[in-house]
Amino acid sequence: MDIFVQQLINGLTLGSIYGLIAIGYTMVFGIIGMVNFAHGDVFMVSAFIALICFLLVTTVFGITSIFLALAIVLVVAMFFTSLTNWAIERVAYRPLRGSFRLAPMISAIGMSILLSNFVQVAQGPRNKPVPPMVTDVIVLMENDGYQVTLAWKQIIIMVLTAVLLGGFWYLVQKTSLGRAQRAVEQDRKMAALLGINVDHTISLTFVIGAALAAVAGVMYLMYYGVANFADGFVPGVKAFTAAVLGGIGSLPGAVLGGLLIGLIEVFWSAYFSIEYKDVAAFSILAITLIFLPQGLLGRPEVEKV
Amino acid sequence: MATGIADSAAGAPAGQNVLGDALKDAFFAGLITLGLIGPLVGFQTVAIDTGAGSVLGLAYRPVTVAIMVGIVFIGRLILNLTIWSPNRVAKTRSGPTVFDRIGTAAGPAVKPLLLAFAIGFPFLATLMMGGMTQARYLLDVGILILTYVMLGWGLNIVVGLAGLLDLGYVAFYAVGAYTYALLATSEPVTHFFGGLLGETFWANWAFWICLPVAGLFAGLWGMILGFPVLRLRGDYLAIVTLAFGEIIRLVLINWVDFTGGGAGIASIPRATFFGIPFTAGEDGFAARFGLEFSPMHRIIFLYFVILALALITAFATVRLRKLPVGRAWEALREDEIACRSLGINTTNVKLSAFATGAMFGGFAGCFFAVRAGFVSPESFTFDISAMILAIVVLGGMGSQIGVAVAAAVMMGGMEALRNLDFLKQVFGQDFDPALYRMLIFGFAMVSIMVWKPRGLVSTREPTIFLKERKAVSGDLVKEGHG
Repeated sequence: MDIFVQQLINGLTLGSIYGLIAIGYTMVFGIIGMVNFAHGDVFMVSAFIALICFLLVTTVFGITSIFLALAIVLVVAMFFTSLTNWAIERVAYRPLRGSFRLAPMISAIGMSILLSNFVQVAQGPRNKPVPPMVTDVIVLMENDGYQVTLAWKQIIIMVLTAVLLGGFWYLVQKTSLGRAQRAVEQDRKMAALLGINVDHTISLTFVIGAALAAVAGVMYLMYYGVANFADGFVPGVKAFTAAVLGGIGSLPGAVLGGLLIGLIEVFWSAYFSIEYKDVAAFSILAITLIFLPQGLLGRPEVEKV
Repeated sequence: MATGIADSAAGAPAGQNVLGDALKDAFFAGLITLGLIGPLVGFQTVAIDTGAGSVLGLAYRPVTVAIMVGIVFIGRLILNLTIWSPNRVAKTRSGPTVFDRIGTAAGPAVKPLLLAFAIGFPFLATLMMGGMTQARYLLDVGILILTYVMLGWGLNIVVGLAGLLDLGYVAFYAVGAYTYALLATSEPVTHFFGGLLGETFWANWAFWICLPVAGLFAGLWGMILGFPVLRLRGDYLAIVTLAFGEIIRLVLINWVDFTGGGAGIASIPRATFFGIPFTAGEDGFAARFGLEFSPMHRIIFLYFVILALALITAFATVRLRKLPVGRAWEALREDEIACRSLGINTTNVKLSAFATGAMFGGFAGCFFAVRAGFVSPESFTFDISAMILAIVVLGGMGSQIGVAVAAAVMMGGMEALRNLDFLKQVFGQDFDPALYRMLIFGFAMVSIMVWKPRGLVSTREPTIFLKERKAVSGDLVKEGHG
């Protein structure tokens, strides 16, 4: 029971991170119908930007308040990551709208390879550890020396995720930008005829997706205390799995899928074997796509000629 | 087409301040570049030793950033004033491009020439370097290139002909390699053949018996993996194949009892000349044929084995293309819904393409195992899949000669880059071009998609687009669920 509660907390924390990345996948898929393969690497880039910014803030500017430092890191990482994703869309995807079916996907794969190797060349292949940022924990239960703890950093991650999702939901449902986005998603040509700037809306979708991925990147760095150039690949595929599991194109689905994948991964590691945790996540992707391609909350896809 | 970061002022009236606009645009492009590369290139995280353990610190590289931003600024300015200049009348070309025309003109001559060069290469290398041992490096590079040519041709069946994006091709390469490695080193199999056909039989014939087995096995795996996922639309298929590739690699790492885990399998029997081993002894290849013993005989023989395997792949593809199943592959790539309305069983057609491609991957894997004499999961990462895919994409999906040239240019170019000493003098002693390999691959993939999406050599018939399809790209993306 103790282990179960502890793993539940860990799983929800991990799931929050996956959910934030998954939103980027699902939004882009919803609006232009492509799998933005490079999104996982955008997340990794954001972790590196956060790492560099954190080192700058703490060692060069000498800010000692950890929460102030984290806030600055968050804003800086969101800005630069959004800029990166905006440029990627502009350079690698926009010219390909209207090209043949596989073109954007191949371009995205190339972009993913480019990003991870760019970081490898620029920052080196080793793991980059940062000193633990938030170390306080709250002991929830204690039983025979086994402590169930809720770390402050886990609280920060979950609360921040909840707040961001609330804000994001408001953005999509209530603002004119959100309306434009939904309109472009439904019928791009009609939306353009009605005076919506389609290119602008798509660019903003990439920017928002990147900003959420940047939050995930900062929290990943805070939670694990390490960044590596190859870190974009596996979390990227898992977040994509989350998006598919929740129903691609569905925003609540992405979050639900993220939480589920986080829980499955953590429980699998705890009760079965930690070596095969990635295999479990990848298998879920395959199983979902084969048996439930529309996902938990998605609409079934209708084929159009 | 202006595909840069900011739109150039296309179609601006003449007499406008071209230089001013160009400067402004170049300035913003430089600014964006600064934002993109500033944090990651300008600061480097380095481990600083403090005596009590190393702490992560920062090093600064302002000069590198300044140079890169400067290049973007000047390059953008020059482009704005020349090619993208609003005063220049754009030439619309709908006909074949320069590459296509070169391809058509040189087409009939290129293939026999390349083939003759490939066959004569070991002798040429020996003559050039003044001895077989000295030519070892060149031959190794030749074998490497041909392996990738073969893998590229194998994947070309799946991606280029059938239009299925397979990101887990390395899985079949791994299946082929491990099939040979496990069978050739397995005790029971050795005993079985030892009792039946003599002690040395299995060691001498293992490769030749395992080669078809490895191909069939990989093809079987292709069917097993392909069957459930081939109903999915294109980009889903890509991710699922990627997941399968990773699953196979993780299983290879973690199933230590069966595969030897991360340590891999060593001392795999070497290739033999159809049963005659390349040893210095009485029964060896050199003694039998009255030659002086040289370890290079084996390398040269391996070169011809992979050349033959690659040619078989190419020949099979060319023939398959003319069969109904090959035509169905290409029709499927262009329009799946039309295929279905014409009564083609798309699942079976896709499956056949997937399995055929996988089979050639298995052959190549078997060859890899016998050449290296050692296999480990390290050799079958996603990077390999990505490299093969990049080769297919660069060469022009569906084009045989294009893929071969792309493999030679990319793999050979990388090897050449490694040996250019003056690069070390320009960029400093710790400059390692091998690190830039995947960076160049990724960059090449993106640029080829943006600039010439059908590949450098795309001699096949241009696909006709209706006007409205071009304008509304979403239709295309959602169409043709491959």
